[in-house]
Amino acid sequence: MTDVAITGVGLHPFGRFEGTSITDMGVAAVRAALAEANLPAGRGAFQAAFCGTAYGGVASGHKVLGRLGLTSMPIIDVEAGCASGGAALMLAAGAIRAGQYDTVLVFGIEKMPKGIIRSSFFEPWQEETGLAATPAYFALRAQRLMMTSGVTKQHLAAVVVKNRAHGVHNPDAMFRKEVDAADVLASRVVCEPLHLWMLCTPNEGAAAVVLSRATRPGQVRLVSAVLRSHLPGSVLNESTPLSGLTDDSVPSPSTLAATNAYEQAGLGPADLDVVECQDTDAARELLSYEELGLCPPGGAAGLLDEGATSLGGRLPVNPSGGLLSKGEPLGASALGQVVELVRQLRNEAGARQVDGATVALAHTVGRGANAGVVILTR
Amino acid sequence: MVAVALFVEGDDGPRLLGSRCRGCKSHHFPRHDTCPYCGLSDIEARELSPTGVLWAWTAVTAPPPGYVGAVPYGFGVVELPEGVRVITRIAEGDPARLHAGQPMRLILEELSRDNDGVPVLAYAFEAAPAATEPTP
Repeated sequence: MTDVAITGVGLHPFGRFEGTSITDMGVAAVRAALAEANLPAGRGAFQAAFCGTAYGGVASGHKVLGRLGLTSMPIIDVEAGCASGGAALMLAAGAIRAGQYDTVLVFGIEKMPKGIIRSSFFEPWQEETGLAATPAYFALRAQRLMMTSGVTKQHLAAVVVKNRAHGVHNPDAMFRKEVDAADVLASRVVCEPLHLWMLCTPNEGAAAVVLSRATRPGQVRLVSAVLRSHLPGSVLNESTPLSGLTDDSVPSPSTLAATNAYEQAGLGPADLDVVECQDTDAARELLSYEELGLCPPGGAAGLLDEGATSLGGRLPVNPSGGLLSKGEPLGASALGQVVELVRQLRNEAGARQVDGATVALAHTVGRGANAGVVILTR
Repeated sequence: MVAVALFVEGDDGPRLLGSRCRGCKSHHFPRHDTCPYCGLSDIEARELSPTGVLWAWTAVTAPPPGYVGAVPYGFGVVELPEGVRVITRIAEGDPARLHAGQPMRLILEELSRDNDGVPVLAYAFEAAPAATEPTP
């Protein structure tokens, strides 16, 4: 089968940028990725483009590439909630593997309002009656994790402390100041047990990745890009259903995606050197450890406690600072993870470098539910 | 009353309008015409049990987009005897006053009045009075 290489990555920092449009941010990220990929200027350098965005509106990708004079090829916006970028990557990689294209541009863009995300996923009556409170769904999941796994509020704070410590070294992150557990626990309670600093900030940013048919050794390889949706049953998964079953054995969409991704790659969790995972809230990161097979069920608190997932540990998770440091521009966040991991695999991550990293995994999950898992190797 | 048929008010109190799959016997809320669990379309309408136990809960402290009621308000999951977990408002804004497995019962809450003065009602669960708790 054709191998897929990542030949260039680019990023517009994640944060708040008054006066900079979503298109401006996309242009910056795409320019940087195309330059890194050393593509000849002008049309023809890539044969298709996929743009991840959830709030961008009609033909957002066309607006970005139109500014660069890079239209005429298919340009397709892809929406899959928080996993939009992962979905775009899956489509692009599949097209290259199938021989449809040699080179595909994948980018993600977003500019989100402040505060709790308003989502068209909810019905108007759900909004009216207070059932569209996204952080409350996160809180229920956090509470159940605490009830069943030995995770405490101190662990939730420790995830924030870890990721914010990593984010200090990431110039593209929104928050770059270290915090301690007392600060986190002193921030206001949004939805018990989640305090404000345990929740990521919806914000703005863009990321871009150039995929090509692999031509030489040493290139970063995209070995899996999987998107899965949920199996019905759980009342806590990101499909935010109004009811579920008392059956707790239904695998989560993240577990489904991870299982497929490991199979495709011929690799397992023990092979990973570095992970970027969905830390929309602190408990979400710990749940991801279990769903991705980084620890056995109930082992997330232990993995965190032993320092395994901190920089310098045996499997650093979210060396970029995670969404807790970067914020979450929905359409760009999955590709932001990929940009980070490509830099890690190329040994270009500076003070947050994971030494000798050769196998990396990125994970996003969100509304739909949609879960994306990407595995990269070098 | 909200636009979707979620509940009825009977002589003996409110009931959630659910359904049950004749194939896999799963219950649904709200009503489905195809079973989300097995795909069968052999469905019967059912009113769900108005009592259950508390499975997960929190309180929402800031008004989410589009919300017309007051904060804080309780929010959680109540497990019904039919084997269904329901996402619901909880008529208790202080999570510390609730505990796992607590008996709960269905009520209707008036959140506000719309422009025509019609009450905006929502289904919710409240802690069942002690008298209705089973003796240990």
